[in-house]
Amino acid sequence: MTTLRGKLSNHLFLTVFSLLMLYPVIWWVGASLKKTVELGLPTIWPSTPMWENYSKGWHFSGDYTFAHFFGNTLLMELGNVAGGVFTAALVAYGFSRLQFKLRAFWFLILLLTMMLPGQVTVVPQYILFNKLGWVDSYVPLVLPHFFGGGAFFVFLLVQFIRGIPRDLDEAAKIDGTSVYGIFFRIILPLIKPALVTVAIFTFIWSWDDFFAQVLYISSVDKFTVGLALRMFIDQFDIQWGQLLAMSLLSITPSVIIFLFAQKYFVEGIATTGLKG
Amino acid sequence: MGTAEPLSQAGYAEAVKAPGRKRKNKGETNLAGYLFISPWLLGFFLLTLWPIAQSFYLSFTDYSLLEAPVWTGTSNYANIFSNDATFTKSLSVTFVFVLISVPLKLFFSLMVAIALSRNIRGMNLYRTAIYFPSLIGGSIAVAALWRNMFGLDGYVNQVLAWFGIQGVGWITNPDTSLGTLILLNTWQFGSTMVIFLAGLKQIPQELYESASVDGAGRFRKFVRITLPMLSPVMFFNLVLGVIGSFQTFTSAFIITKGGPINSTYVYALFLYDKAFKHYQMGYASALAWILLGIVAALTVLNFLASRYWVFYESDGGKAK
Repeated sequence: MTTLRGKLSNHLFLTVFSLLMLYPVIWWVGASLKKTVELGLPTIWPSTPMWENYSKGWHFSGDYTFAHFFGNTLLMELGNVAGGVFTAALVAYGFSRLQFKLRAFWFLILLLTMMLPGQVTVVPQYILFNKLGWVDSYVPLVLPHFFGGGAFFVFLLVQFIRGIPRDLDEAAKIDGTSVYGIFFRIILPLIKPALVTVAIFTFIWSWDDFFAQVLYISSVDKFTVGLALRMFIDQFDIQWGQLLAMSLLSITPSVIIFLFAQKYFVEGIATTGLKG
Repeated sequence: MGTAEPLSQAGYAEAVKAPGRKRKNKGETNLAGYLFISPWLLGFFLLTLWPIAQSFYLSFTDYSLLEAPVWTGTSNYANIFSNDATFTKSLSVTFVFVLISVPLKLFFSLMVAIALSRNIRGMNLYRTAIYFPSLIGGSIAVAALWRNMFGLDGYVNQVLAWFGIQGVGWITNPDTSLGTLILLNTWQFGSTMVIFLAGLKQIPQELYESASVDGAGRFRKFVRITLPMLSPVMFFNLVLGVIGSFQTFTSAFIITKGGPINSTYVYALFLYDKAFKHYQMGYASALAWILLGIVAALTVLNFLASRYWVFYESDGGKAK
């Protein structure tokens, strides 16, 4: 269909474009090993790699190492992912398979909440969590995930469940299985791939959800990786090499997940228009 | 995930209109249905609806979190619109940000999606590379990277110096600071691109084949087939892009802190400062409602305008 020349120019365009897109990241890897004086130089690799950037950056805060901050973040993530995946599956099953009054209405509301700017609810939410004494704990970060995991994920799972033939449910129903049995024994095992997508996105978004973290966590002891990096940036005399090294480390969990589970990403975004 | 329905206008429509199969014991299924959606419903009332109502009430009060809110009528709104130069500044900064970065993102993502849609070898590799910035771009780590690269003796200026060009302090210069944030935002067009790619795959190949038979060239096919068939997806990306960019926060918060001289003081950052730095909760709530009004108005405007450029196939001939 396409001529050879067309194909080649297409490849050339995509190769150049891909390199351009990745260039800052490639430079970043080199920069994380550079001495401060070398940082601005156009060269990608340092003359001698400064591995101390990593070991010193790891201990930058004095009292805590990055191991502590990674541990905090993973603890938060555990709650977010577990809560989000399970409750999103429940809600999606309700919307896609069960008949109830006002179902279409509630689903429309669910879709509308996707468009609501978070700024409208953040102040009263903060006031509420403050009154409950939950500020400076992980509760305000984790708890919202237990309410259906977010409209996007419910929508993604609804789309997925609607693609599963109803014959399976009907057959089980004739055998006397209740709707709860159908959910746990038939639907839940079948939607595993979509649940993986939800888990991955929840993980990566929570990792990067800096706004909520900066709002609710104030003591260094409870800092996430993102907050620790911010503390690093706000130091008077920034050790840039060390900061870039720790920044690079901070994105590795997301990158590893992405590289191993790419098809879930692409299909997840394509299905719902998720913003990754 | 092959069974999931791809993004489509029909997807939303079908989901909303619920194929109504009558059940015998309605009460029981009603109960089961509400039980299953109860986590979301509870969250909706506690963390969305109630806060919306409260935020609306607070927008007419003075509230510092320490003492009870004091009713002040419309004075927050009056002050915002008539006495607050920072509001006007931050709104115009945000509009510039949205007006430049949304079209840029759409342009790049469409261009790359078309190049990728030609079923070429190595497609996955290219897609990975181009999506990668979107994966990490919103993180504080990349904000740190950006701050370093665009600093006065940062990498960008060193490269420019190599070519004999005298760079500026991209972040500390009010003329260029917003540009660096727009660049960072545009760099993350990966998810928009993946949505375009899914949309392109849905265009029936027969359309192109019959157009070729009629002797249409590549450009003509693009204008007459690709663009109209893709317009619903374009519309979707546009609406979500506008809503998302209007709320941009982290990059301005970390890289420029809104400065210099408020040149990057985006609306979400302004609102954050009012609420959580100055503890003017009432004022911040009024700002939030103005934001909601603007975003809603833009969305409605988008929907109205879509009648003139978004092409939906008639119900019978839905492409699958």
